[in-house]
Amino acid sequence: MAKTKARVKAPKSAKKGEAFQVKTLISHKMESGQRKDKKTGKKIPRHIINKFVCTYNGKQVFSADWHPAISANPYMSFFVKAADSGTLEMAWTDDKGKTMKKSTKIKVS
Amino acid sequence: MKKAYLGVLTLGAVAMIAATFVSNAFADSDFGKYAVGDIRSGYTYMTKESKAIQDDDFENPAMLWLEDGEQVWGKVDGKAGKSCASCHGSASDSMKGVAATYPKYDKKLKKLKNIEQQINICRTERMGAKPFKYESKQMLGTTIYVRNQSRDMPMNVSIDDEAAPFFAKGKAFFNGRRGALDMACKHCHEDNAGNYARANLLTQGQTNGFPTYRFKWQKPGSTHRRFRGCNKNIRAQPLKYGSDEYVNLELYVAWRGRGLPVETPAVRN
Repeated sequence: MAKTKARVKAPKSAKKGEAFQVKTLISHKMESGQRKDKKTGKKIPRHIINKFVCTYNGKQVFSADWHPAISANPYMSFFVKAADSGTLEMAWTDDKGKTMKKSTKIKVS
Repeated sequence: MKKAYLGVLTLGAVAMIAATFVSNAFADSDFGKYAVGDIRSGYTYMTKESKAIQDDDFENPAMLWLEDGEQVWGKVDGKAGKSCASCHGSASDSMKGVAATYPKYDKKLKKLKNIEQQINICRTERMGAKPFKYESKQMLGTTIYVRNQSRDMPMNVSIDDEAAPFFAKGKAFFNGRRGALDMACKHCHEDNAGNYARANLLTQGQTNGFPTYRFKWQKPGSTHRRFRGCNKNIRAQPLKYGSDEYVNLELYVAWRGRGLPVETPAVRN
């Protein structure tokens, strides 16, 4: 498997108090733990992203617990209210404890 | 005529398909650029939610593979110390229109080749690199990247001269019955496009969006993966990836979709 890839799309600038949309997409196989290896008959261990968190200047503004029914390459979009200029950081944590991060900057006027 | 046909299928113990071919009233809809005359892209058969995922390049998960392909394009690999870009330069210029004309006749091979095979010919002969495995991440990514450069250009394959005998073979494959269900491609994709086979809305089986991100696969897949899936569904022995029969079929199916815009990477269910 190649490296995990994450994409984040949010406006570069917003007006204070305005709600803006953040779109995120990450490549992950999201192995549900329900499947069996066809050759060996053994269960393929669950390996999914179970937690998604978005922080805005260090403060958590959005989070989600994901479960095995979430599809591979999960897409998530949500709205955030513009407060101050700064950084939005997304973090995806998977079952192996690995956290993938991606951030984007926003200017608030 | 249609009733008799269904009857035969039922007798053939085809519980799965015999259930229903229910008509789907789509008459007089405007499909915009996704249809040319009676030729309709698979896009027009999808729900608006699925269409929305294809319409937004950010939401389209196949774009993750396209990024892989873009990296492969510029990466030096093999003994010759070359990348795709060393010969072809910027893909947005050199690969523009390529997807619309493949599969193509190759004088040296004396048969057709598709884009996947051309990529591996370049890799082995010019770059001195290892060929990509057919359905690998790199192969899908590179194919998507190359085909994406022709997005919205009309499909326009050559079926004349040297390609003609291969086109005829592809056509024969499309119309030929096979498998335990004794069905041909045309039974679903020509005679019953727009009807349901159980819950599944049959399309014309156009290839203008391949490699396509399929929700069922949870990743993109090649035309040949789709062919194999269809062959399995009619209980026929699927052929090998890149086999001559499938490349010939690919040409015939591309010709059936002549004029449709290249949609790569499309999203389908």
